Amino acid sequence: MTRIRFIIEKEFKQIFRNAVLLRMMLAAPVLQLILLAYAANFEVKNLNIVVVDQDHTTYAQRLVGKFRHIDNFRLKGYVPAYKPAYRELLASRADLILLIPPHFERDLGKENRASIQLLVNAIDGSKAGIASGYAQTIIRNFNDEIRTETVAVQQPATGGRLEIENQYWYNPRLEYKTFMVPGILFELLILVGGMIAALNIVREKEIGTQEQLNVTPIRKHEFILGKLTPFVIIGLVQFTMGLLVGIFLFQIPVVGSVPLMYGFAFLFLLLCVGLGLLISAISETQQQAMFAVFFCLVLFILLSGLFSSTENMPTWAQYLNTLNPLRYIIEVGRNVMLKGSTFRDMQSQFVALLLMAVALISLASWRYRKTV
Amino acid sequence: MDAIVIDNVSKAYGSTKAVQTVSLSVKPGELFGLIGPDGAGKTTLFKILVTLLRPDEGRATVVGRDVVKDFRALRSLVGYMPGRFSLYPDLTVEENLSFFATVFGTSIQANYDLIREIYVQLEPFKDRRAGALSGGMKQKLALCCALIHKPEVLFLDEPTTGVDAVSRKEFWEMLQRLKERQLTMLVSTPYMDEANRCDRIALMQTGQILAIDTPSGVEHLFRKPLYAVKAAETFRLIQDLRKAPFTQTCYAFGEYLHLTTEEGTTPADIDRYLRERRHEHVTIKPIQAGIEDSFMALMQHG
Repeated sequence: MTRIRFIIEKEFKQIFRNAVLLRMMLAAPVLQLILLAYAANFEVKNLNIVVVDQDHTTYAQRLVGKFRHIDNFRLKGYVPAYKPAYRELLASRADLILLIPPHFERDLGKENRASIQLLVNAIDGSKAGIASGYAQTIIRNFNDEIRTETVAVQQPATGGRLEIENQYWYNPRLEYKTFMVPGILFELLILVGGMIAALNIVREKEIGTQEQLNVTPIRKHEFILGKLTPFVIIGLVQFTMGLLVGIFLFQIPVVGSVPLMYGFAFLFLLLCVGLGLLISAISETQQQAMFAVFFCLVLFILLSGLFSSTENMPTWAQYLNTLNPLRYIIEVGRNVMLKGSTFRDMQSQFVALLLMAVALISLASWRYRKTV
Repeated sequence: MDAIVIDNVSKAYGSTKAVQTVSLSVKPGELFGLIGPDGAGKTTLFKILVTLLRPDEGRATVVGRDVVKDFRALRSLVGYMPGRFSLYPDLTVEENLSFFATVFGTSIQANYDLIREIYVQLEPFKDRRAGALSGGMKQKLALCCALIHKPEVLFLDEPTTGVDAVSRKEFWEMLQRLKERQLTMLVSTPYMDEANRCDRIALMQTGQILAIDTPSGVEHLFRKPLYAVKAAETFRLIQDLRKAPFTQTCYAFGEYLHLTTEEGTTPADIDRYLRERRHEHVTIKPIQAGIEDSFMALMQHG
């Protein structure tokens, strides 16, 4: 037992001496949290809209005015004809073109119907979807306004209308940050737990100290425990810092139990260091380890549901995702933090994470052979 | 009982036979040298003896313990100084030493006596990081770390490779002093001139042992007439001598060529042969064979 303590002590000495790494380990997660939460934002703002108004009537101006007063859109200006507008679209100076044909007001007044054309730049599919959604809502509102004005004169009250009003639970204002921060908070643990741990052990191999330790009476489990404990501790410190940033800077509500979150953070860190250990056992150089960690990390993050919902992924990807630890921990993070889910609710995630942690650590210990 | 017994040990990496049926034994308190060029299999043999590698065939014991079966007990009894500096460069001299002491369950104070002479030279730098030490100092620190748990047998794999001449000399003097304390040592080196410092040596090449004897015994294995030859144009000299009818072997050794000849060749014969080929400033003198001559001869005849 005392030997484990000496290894941990040595490990901390080395970590604290590596000032650059230490600063990076503690500052990078906080910075990433701040940057990702602000930048990785799917709310579509500042959509450039170009208008081709061939009608020049009050109605046409009222419609354009509607776009002007919503901050999702930025009116780039009017162009006289379709062609120059199309050029704006090609040059990516416009995301959206609103084409109001001649006789728009007349048709609307006389025939009670008129058409307008909306051209959306769909290079970025999700952005285009959201943009056209916004635009359609605006146009529908305009339509309703006009109809109530004209209808009111002719025949009052044409029966009831069904209004649907959405209420968003747990994130009532659909704040993107609220949704992202719990996910990122856990995602960052994999960096310290997985990457730094893997690189640290491979470094011992590279500088030859691993061999030197192998001729000492240090036992396999002592080495593994001594190596991994510091990273679990640093991971928990990092988690605390991230949590504080989330609560105080982003005002994320913490509805669920904080000890439960720490419990899961601990379990997840064990899993991460297990992964790091496994990677270090199969790599000979830091380069190899770096590549392996990076490969896992990118795959985990992209499939995790951090940025896009897992339910919309193809079936095979969903199957693959049952092996993605990040997916479970992000579910836990969001549910516990925002919804107040209890351990009971998170049982299946707990079992999945526990199984993976046990599997990874056993596999790594088995693979990590003391005699080369 | 012998401190180290190696019995028909073989080890291969894929198709490369690193060590082939090697047998040798080292007596307690002996300073035993394993001499051979790079790639002779010295390091592999060391790794087998310090329980880092398992032999494919044969068995070996160190202080009576089998290197495979009793590896755990053995690890506390041997000290290993690998050929490459393998300490923590980001820990200080003192931290490295106390770390290795603690993993062996001891302390610097407990065995200070054994390392004192070496450690006093390191003491002024004890707060310096190991990575910032000079080559000679690194090597002394490595030796201290290998000795800190008071091993019964010390394995030193090429301890003087890449170290300056003064440090090399100092290092061998340190080993001599350790020998006075009855410590058994197995040292490998590619330098023939260091062989004379050992009690006994084994000449090793391509995984096999060519000879085991005392340094002078190895020198006496060489029986042919041997001459040191020098002339103004060394390169032409070596080419001409290798073509000469009386020549058996001819190698460059520093400024002289070492020439072995057929029985009955006199220095006058050699001198005449060289004068016919217009060599100037020719010196020819009969010499005693050194270890290197023996080694070269053994290499030739297997």
